[in-house]
Amino acid sequence: MNAHHTPPVAALELDNVGFIHRGHALLKPTSLRLAGCQRTLIMGPNGAGKSLLMRLAHGLLTPTSGTVRWQGKPPAQAMVFQRPVLLRRSALDNLTYVLAIHKISRQNRKTQAINALDKFGLAHLAKRPARVLSGGEQQRLALARAWLLNPQVLFLDEPTSALDPAAIKAVEDAVLEFHHSGTRIVMTTHDLHQARRLANDVLFMHNGALLEHTPANDFFTAPTSHEAAAFIRGELVW
Amino acid sequence: MPTSENAFSTALALILSMDSALISIVTLSLQVSLMAVLIASLLALPLGAALALWHFPGRNAVIVALNALMGLPPVVAGLCVYLLLSRAGPLGEWGLLFTPSAMVIAQVILVLPIIAALTRQQVEALHGEYAEQLNSLGLSRRRMIPTLLWDARFGLLTVILAGFGRASAEVGAVMIVGGNIDGVTRVMTTSIVLETSKGNLPMALGLGIILLALVTMINAIAHMIGETAKRRLG
Repeated sequence: MNAHHTPPVAALELDNVGFIHRGHALLKPTSLRLAGCQRTLIMGPNGAGKSLLMRLAHGLLTPTSGTVRWQGKPPAQAMVFQRPVLLRRSALDNLTYVLAIHKISRQNRKTQAINALDKFGLAHLAKRPARVLSGGEQQRLALARAWLLNPQVLFLDEPTSALDPAAIKAVEDAVLEFHHSGTRIVMTTHDLHQARRLANDVLFMHNGALLEHTPANDFFTAPTSHEAAAFIRGELVW
Repeated sequence: MPTSENAFSTALALILSMDSALISIVTLSLQVSLMAVLIASLLALPLGAALALWHFPGRNAVIVALNALMGLPPVVAGLCVYLLLSRAGPLGEWGLLFTPSAMVIAQVILVLPIIAALTRQQVEALHGEYAEQLNSLGLSRRRMIPTLLWDARFGLLTVILAGFGRASAEVGAVMIVGGNIDGVTRVMTTSIVLETSKGNLPMALGLGIILLALVTMINAIAHMIGETAKRRLG
């Protein structure tokens, strides 16, 4: 299990993707291409459309205009949410659940689930109800669940915004671990420090528009847009 | 006028005597109502969940109809089943009228809308919370149903108890389709009606007390199971 993938992950292309809700253009027509095994961070102030862009890319929402397309076979994907949605069952059962969906045999489910718990430092909590775990433990369990899905692309929506520094570190380590095993990372954050630590590619959004898609080094040293420059300086941009 | 004192002593005397007629009445009451709730649950839980997940034209009409049927008068349900099962009725050949089976059918009709309507509400609320995660996992709506029903289980236990309350308390339907035949279709509620009309009020009240005690006991057991499970699973 988790002989993660070496073949290149299919590129994701958004072609003039827009999203209008009740007359408001929450996402203005946006085109972008994500290829290779990058760690792409989507940045921008609240309400910029970061989460929306990610949901459109993952397929949770259908764009009102434009197309979302994978070049080649759509890859295995998983998503980790800001507030992990865990089932009302034990930590272990939360993991065997996704394995059951993927038709893994009953004996293998348990072994794989226990290995994943172990990998994310949750082995001692296997029997605990998932809902009574701490915020950091819940997020790690969500990551363990994503791990079992063997994703080629992992989406993370502000996965650390409600966590303390130790838990943030654990999540960031897990993200790097996914990436190391060949998973493309697409993650939103509004924490500049976190973006500096993780990004090798930045999408900067503001007011429902994608303003920049640049390599991380260029973004942090010489952003092209005025809004991104202000955002990096720590000014409030609205 | 019976004093409450002699009603209680009648009830107590009835219980202590282990009267075989009483035992058969109590057993039949429980059998009919529990069977009705079991069948109604098997049908209504998936139905309510499906109604929560699928949006189709006329969905709101179905929801309103189910909600309205929660208040269906038992005598009306009984009458409909009576017409279906009577010799001249479409299902007359089954020969079910004035049997416990007919009583079960009538109570299923009473209980099903309650369980379906309340399940719809609970599952819809839970789906609001789970939808993105389950969609992300690639689950079809059909495959979400067992997941949502299981995760809503504590709330649904109360829903099923509400159904059981309705079944065990009603008299109109079982009276019409069962006929209150001594030793065959006589249950607690029909006995109470009979004893009242005979003027045997202590007996009627005594039976009422026993019925209430039984229903309380079943609810207490269900509550304890639910609480234990909740504490264990959060």
